Amino acid sequence: MIARDVTAGAVASGIRSAKRDWSGIAFACVLLAMLLASLGILVALLWDVVKRGAPVLADRGLDFLTAGPSSSVSQAGIGLALAGSLVMMVIVALIAFPIGVGAAIYLEEYARDTWLTRLIAANVRNLAGVPSIVYGILGLVLFVNILNRMINIRDTGSLLSGGLTLAALVLPIVIITTSESLRAVPRSLREAAFGVGATRWEVIRHHVIPAAAPGIVTGTVVSLARAFGETAPLLFVGAVTGFFSTGNATFLEKLLTSGYTALPIQILFWSTVPNPEFKALAAAGIVVMMAILLAVNGVAIWLRNRFERTW
Amino acid sequence: MATGTGIVTAADLRGGSARRRREALIRRAFGLAAGISIVISAVIIVSLIGHAIDFLRQIQLSWLVAEGWFPRRNEFSIPTLAVGSVIVGGIAMLIAAPLGLGSAIYLAEYAKPRQRRALKPIVELLAGLPSIVVGFFALTVISPDVVQRLFSSATFFNLMAAGIGVGILSTPLVATVAEDALRAVPRSLREGAYGLGARRRTTSMRIVVPSATSGIAAALILGLSRAIGETMVVLIVAGGTGGSALTFDPLGPGQTATGAMAALAFGSDQVKGSNAAFASLFFVGLLLFIVTFTLNVTSERYVRRARRHG
Repeated sequence: MIARDVTAGAVASGIRSAKRDWSGIAFACVLLAMLLASLGILVALLWDVVKRGAPVLADRGLDFLTAGPSSSVSQAGIGLALAGSLVMMVIVALIAFPIGVGAAIYLEEYARDTWLTRLIAANVRNLAGVPSIVYGILGLVLFVNILNRMINIRDTGSLLSGGLTLAALVLPIVIITTSESLRAVPRSLREAAFGVGATRWEVIRHHVIPAAAPGIVTGTVVSLARAFGETAPLLFVGAVTGFFSTGNATFLEKLLTSGYTALPIQILFWSTVPNPEFKALAAAGIVVMMAILLAVNGVAIWLRNRFERTW
Repeated sequence: MATGTGIVTAADLRGGSARRRREALIRRAFGLAAGISIVISAVIIVSLIGHAIDFLRQIQLSWLVAEGWFPRRNEFSIPTLAVGSVIVGGIAMLIAAPLGLGSAIYLAEYAKPRQRRALKPIVELLAGLPSIVVGFFALTVISPDVVQRLFSSATFFNLMAAGIGVGILSTPLVATVAEDALRAVPRSLREGAYGLGARRRTTSMRIVVPSATSGIAAALILGLSRAIGETMVVLIVAGGTGGSALTFDPLGPGQTATGAMAALAFGSDQVKGSNAAFASLFFVGLLLFIVTFTLNVTSERYVRRARRHG
């Protein structure tokens, strides 16, 4: 076989030649260059948005963070968008966390290995790979059309529709990360608890969940970060992508009943407005978004390092 | 127990009926939570298929092979979207495959533990980038400063810039899955190779990478699936928001399946209601779902094969 001869040749020259393996070193450098290219892209991206966005943040300061959407460059801000994103994050956390953790507990601790269990597990893995834009269609059908028949807040979708859609989007991620954390808890811990007469729920409640908590919390925070930056599905569930006025409604009314927007949606809109001055606003919005994401992920990593135990 | 005989029976161990009832209730609640994922899938599939059939009823089938994708003019050329998605997905993989696999091989085979701890966050940070941010970067830097500088014939909005942006988003996924596959190759294989006098490159490329072929294939397929499903970069920089003629030119504007769906819901193109343009959203969504589902299932099959042999 040719492959075997090539391998044998490489091995023989490796042993016999005293010279340094320059082609091997070059190969390692190429591999490292691939990794550093990713770093380069990351740095170039951050540099570009900071360069474009910093003047806006410096000039406007707090005003940019609190001002609502406006067609005037000097008055437009991310206030309403930030509030919209935060409300949706609360909805995502309230829905996706209990359901996701519950589902993972069922799959890992209760379910026997039946066809139904395997179907659910395979289904969760596949849902994690469904493009985010398809979740927009789910949201449109389930959380705009059907939800509106029950409680009509706004015909074309409200913050509630947006939050529920994002919750569905990150649910499989919460389930998968929680399952991994539960699986990492050693069997012996459970068996010791069962041995002294604890019921299954008592074992889970007092031993498995505390042991898996750092992983569960980290996974949930990472999913929240993912939901925070997600744009595509919101286009279908009523997030307003144009200039709009909220009149003189109170803040809560604005949030719940009038058109809503979210930080990534606001950034998308500003990026696509032909007027180039809005690009600076988009960049400033991205800087704020990246700062929030970095802080949130930092907290998650800190939690994991602080509380994670290896068994 | 209370009987005082000292003999514990099975009945004692079962606990009180209240305790048992609580156990059953909790079990059912968790089961319900697990069932919700099935409901989500079912709603996605049923609503996609149902509305896609509605769409097909509203149109003449010849509209599906019209000259381009112009939903307002009743031109729903599926080939236009398919070619656009293939071009963007292909360019994305030209970026993501070398960057992702190169990073994976370096992290798994070359980096010492300390170096790995320093370098791995690059991949994780890249994975955390929201697609809207990469879309903005594609618009402000990749298109004018990279694509248009390299190819003077490129228009400002072009499929190439979209493909590069999507490739950046797929890279960390390829890197993570491939690195896991490489690390799963048993140490003994590497030690066998070193024992025979093989150098590190020979060991990596002739022993470890071939053993991890299934996992690497899974990584590339997943990366492609992610690339085809990516929306925001395409919406911002591919230039197909208003529709697009059938084009094979990566340097000109074009439209992908995801971009077409987003454009239908975005800004001035908003075409809500019961018309065919709005309904086409579901038809394209169904095609996208089928393609990505097939890719994901294929990738999972490779992962399972890797696990069996590994």
